[in-house]
Amino acid sequence: MNVKTLETTKRDVVVIGGGPAGLAAAIAAKEAGCGDVLLIERDRILGGILNQCIHDGFGLHTFKEALSGPEYAARYIDRFHELGIEAMEETIVLSLTSDRVVEVSTRGTLRRIRAGAVILAMGCRERTRGAISIPGNRPSGVYTAGAAQNFMNLENIMVGRKVCILGSGDIGLIMARRMTLEGASVEAVFEILPYSSGLPRNIQQCLNDYDIPLFLNTTVTEIVGKGRLEGIRVASVGEDRAPIPDTERFIACDTLLLSVGLIPENELSRDAGVAMDPVTGGAVVNDSFMTSVDGIFACGNVLHVHDLVDWVSVEAAEAGKFAAGYVRSGREASSCRIPVRPGSGVRYTLPQSVSGERDCILSLRVAAPWRNRCIVVKSGEREVARKKEMRLHPAEMIRIPLKKEALSGCSSLEVTVE
Amino acid sequence: MSQDYDVLVVGGGVVGCAIARELSRFKVSAAVLEKEMDVGLGTSCRNSGVLHAGFNYAPGSLRAILDVKGNSMMDDLCRDLKVKIKRIGKLTVALDEEDEGTLQRLLEQGRANGVPGLEIIGKERMQAIQPGVEGFMALYSPTSSIISPYALTIGLAENALANGVNFHLGQQVVSVTPLAGKGWEVGTKSGERFTCAVLVNASGLFAADVCRMAGITEYSIYPCRGEYYVLDKRLDGTLRALIYPAPKKNAPGLGIHLTPTVDGNILIGPSAEYLNDPEDHSCTYDVMAELRREGKELLGEIRMTDYIRNFAGIRPKQTPPEVGGNKDFVIEDRKDAKGFVNLVGIESPGLTSAPAIAEMVRGMVEKHIPLLPDPAFNPVRPGSPFFFSELPADERAAMIAENPNYGEIICRCEKITKQEILDAINNPLGARTLVSIKYRARASMGRCQGGFCVPRITRILRDEFGWNPEDFLKRGGSSPMFVGNVRPKGGVSR
Repeated sequence: MNVKTLETTKRDVVVIGGGPAGLAAAIAAKEAGCGDVLLIERDRILGGILNQCIHDGFGLHTFKEALSGPEYAARYIDRFHELGIEAMEETIVLSLTSDRVVEVSTRGTLRRIRAGAVILAMGCRERTRGAISIPGNRPSGVYTAGAAQNFMNLENIMVGRKVCILGSGDIGLIMARRMTLEGASVEAVFEILPYSSGLPRNIQQCLNDYDIPLFLNTTVTEIVGKGRLEGIRVASVGEDRAPIPDTERFIACDTLLLSVGLIPENELSRDAGVAMDPVTGGAVVNDSFMTSVDGIFACGNVLHVHDLVDWVSVEAAEAGKFAAGYVRSGREASSCRIPVRPGSGVRYTLPQSVSGERDCILSLRVAAPWRNRCIVVKSGEREVARKKEMRLHPAEMIRIPLKKEALSGCSSLEVTVE
Repeated sequence: MSQDYDVLVVGGGVVGCAIARELSRFKVSAAVLEKEMDVGLGTSCRNSGVLHAGFNYAPGSLRAILDVKGNSMMDDLCRDLKVKIKRIGKLTVALDEEDEGTLQRLLEQGRANGVPGLEIIGKERMQAIQPGVEGFMALYSPTSSIISPYALTIGLAENALANGVNFHLGQQVVSVTPLAGKGWEVGTKSGERFTCAVLVNASGLFAADVCRMAGITEYSIYPCRGEYYVLDKRLDGTLRALIYPAPKKNAPGLGIHLTPTVDGNILIGPSAEYLNDPEDHSCTYDVMAELRREGKELLGEIRMTDYIRNFAGIRPKQTPPEVGGNKDFVIEDRKDAKGFVNLVGIESPGLTSAPAIAEMVRGMVEKHIPLLPDPAFNPVRPGSPFFFSELPADERAAMIAENPNYGEIICRCEKITKQEILDAINNPLGARTLVSIKYRARASMGRCQGGFCVPRITRILRDEFGWNPEDFLKRGGSSPMFVGNVRPKGGVSR
C-alpha cells in the first residue's frame, strides 16, 4: 500500500471534538444549510467532559434550568441526531494540515479527509503536577481533579479517603463536595493566589456548605510518600508567590487532587500552523471565529477556557454558522480587520479582531477581582461600549455585545477596566 | 518452580539483566532476584540515557575498558533486542583556557582508551553540528549516543527470559549464607529460599548491603541523587548532539546539561546531592529552581509550559562527599567467599558498560562452573524498536486493517494504541504495575501525564483482565492507585 493511496474522502464541514462546543458547532452548521457535516469524537459517546459532570448547574442561561452535565449534553445530542448529522465515535484525529486534510484513526481504518472547513472543538486538558513543578516524591494518590472525577463518576472507582486539594478551580471545588458525599474526608483546599479561581457559587455550595476550609496564599511545597501518598507539606506564600519557610506545616492525607488550571488542547492547531494567543493558549480568531488559517475555525475551550458551558454552546454555534457560510461562498464572510487589544485591568479579549460588518460579542477576563467598575471599549478616545459590573472576578468570563453601528469608522479597539 | 540454580544474579537493573542475558547463551540454570515488581526500576530507569564514548576515564581502568567495549557492542545488541539507539555524537565544549587544557587531556586519554573518531574541532564545525552552541572549541566524540535505558533493560531481561533465565520479581534479598562445601543460600524478605553455586551481586545501591550479608565488609555506598526535568516534545529537534561543558575537577558528575532522549524529549540535569536514604527519589524546591535556571541559560526557548515532569535517580558512589569524584568499578571474583562475584560502585558509565561487564562476569562465573554454549540460544527478541506512531502511514493503515486495536488510540499525547497497551500488559516478565505499562508502551509519558490515558488503561484492565480497583498498583505493593469502588454494588453500565 502506498501512502498516496491512503483512502481520502471529501467532506464540507469537519468538526473535531464531540463535546459541547463540537455538538453546537455541528448543529449550527447543519442548520445554516450545510448538508455535509461530519463530527469526529475520540470517546465512545458524544458529550465530552459533560458526561463525567454529574452535578447540576448547567444550562441556567440557555434553558433556564439547572441541568446535570449529561442532561445538558443530551439536549444537544438529541438535536444532533434529529438533524441526521454524522458522527464518527472512537475516532481520533492524528494530524491536521493547513490545507485542511485530517488524518483520522479508528478501529479498523486509517484514512484522510479533505475538509471544506474545519472547526476545532477539542476542548482543554488539565495542568499537571509536572507543569507546576511541585517538589517531593512521586507516590500514587496524586491525581488531577478531572481524572479523579472520571474515575469516580464513570468508572465507579474511589481514588482515596483523606483528601487535600491544591488549586481552587471549579473542578477541584466540585470534587471536594463529590468526595465528601461519598464518605471521604476532605481536609482543605489550598490556593496560591490571594483569591479563589473558581466561581463564587461553587465556593459556597461545595466548600462552605460542607465546612471545608479554603486557604488562600498557600501552596504545596512537598509531596511525601514513596508508595502511596502519606501527606503534603504546605506553606503560605509571599507576594512573589514563593513559599515562606517558617509557615510550612505537614498534613497527613492519602490523596492530593490538583485543580490548577486548564490548557486549551491545541496540538492539532499548531500542526496546521494556526497562530496562537499566548494569553488564552488558544487560536487568534476574528469575529467569524476563523483562525489565521483559511477555513479553520475554533470555538469552545480549545479557543479559550470558559467558565460556563452555556457560553461554549453559544460561541460554538456562531463558529458553526460561519464555517457553513465559508463552505457555501468559498471565502471568508468578511475581510475588514479591526484589532481588539486588552488594556489596563484586562487579561485577554476575544475575538482578537472584529470586522465591523456585524454585531458581535466580546469575551474577556479581568486580571484581578474588583467591585463597582466599568468595562470600557474604546476606539482611540471614542467610547464604543461600556458595561458596569458590581463585581468583577478573574474566574468569570465577561461578555459585552458590540453593535455594528458603533464600530463604523473604528481602526482599533482597546478594552479596559475603569 | 525449582529454586536451586547454578547462578543467581541479585539485582534486575541494566547490569543484572545484561549478565542474565549473557548467561542465557549457555547451558546453565540461572535466575535474577529483583526486589521491585519489575526490572530496571532503580537507577537504570532514572538517568540521562547516554552511552558514553569513554574518554573521561583513566586509561587502564575498568571504566575505560568496559565503557569503550560496551559502547562498541551496542549497535548489534540494540538491533537484536529491538531497542532504539541514536548515535548523535557529543560536543564537550571549552568556554575558557582551563577548559582548553582539559579538552587536550581528554583527547589524549580517549585515544589511549581506544575511543574511535575523537577530534578537537573549532567554532565552524561546532556550529555545523549544533547551531548556536557556545564555546570556542570542542572535543567531538561521534560514538557518544542516546538510548532508552529502561527499554534496554527490559530488552535484555525479556531476551534472557526467552532463553531460559528465571526472573523472580518482588524478591528482596535479606540473607546470603555460604552452603557447606560450595555455593550459597539466599533468603528473601517474603521468606523464600534460593540456592546457587555462584552468586552475582549486581544490586547497585544495595551492593554494600548484600556484601555485608555475605560477610564482606570493606565497601560502602554513598547514594548521590541527581534530579532532572523532562521537557515537552515541542522542543524535539532543537538539540542535534549531546552538549556537555568541559568537566571540572572532582565534580561528582559531568555537570548539569541538556540531553535529548530517543523519544523526542529533552532532559535538564542531573544535579548531584549526597543523601543517606538510597531510595529517596524526591525532587527538591531549590534544585528544581536551579535546573530551571540552568536549563533556560542553555536553551533560551524553554517556556514554563515545556516542563512536563521531574524525576530523580541515585548514583551508587564509592566516594563520600568530602572526597568527591569517582572511583573505578569493583568487579571481582572473591577469593575469601568462593562463588561470590561482586560488583560494587557501578555508577556512570554503567549503562554503556553493561554488556561488557556481563562478558567479564561470565568469565568469572566460568571459573566456578562449566559454561557450555546452548545451541538453542536466540539473541533476537521479537517485536520492533519503534512505537506504532513512528511507522509510515501506509504501514500503519495496513496494520490497522489487520488488527483494529492499532486504530484505537489510548494515550493521546504519545499516540499509543490499544494493541501496544495490551502487549505491555501481557509482557513476558509478568510485570503488572502501571509503571511497567508506562516503561514498555510509553503511555502517560506525554504532556498530559496520564490524565487522559490512565482512566482508559484502567478500563482495559477491568474489562479485559477483570481487575478490581484494589489490584491497581503504581509501582509496587505499597503504591495502590485506588481504595475501592465508590458504591459497593455499583456497576459500570455502558
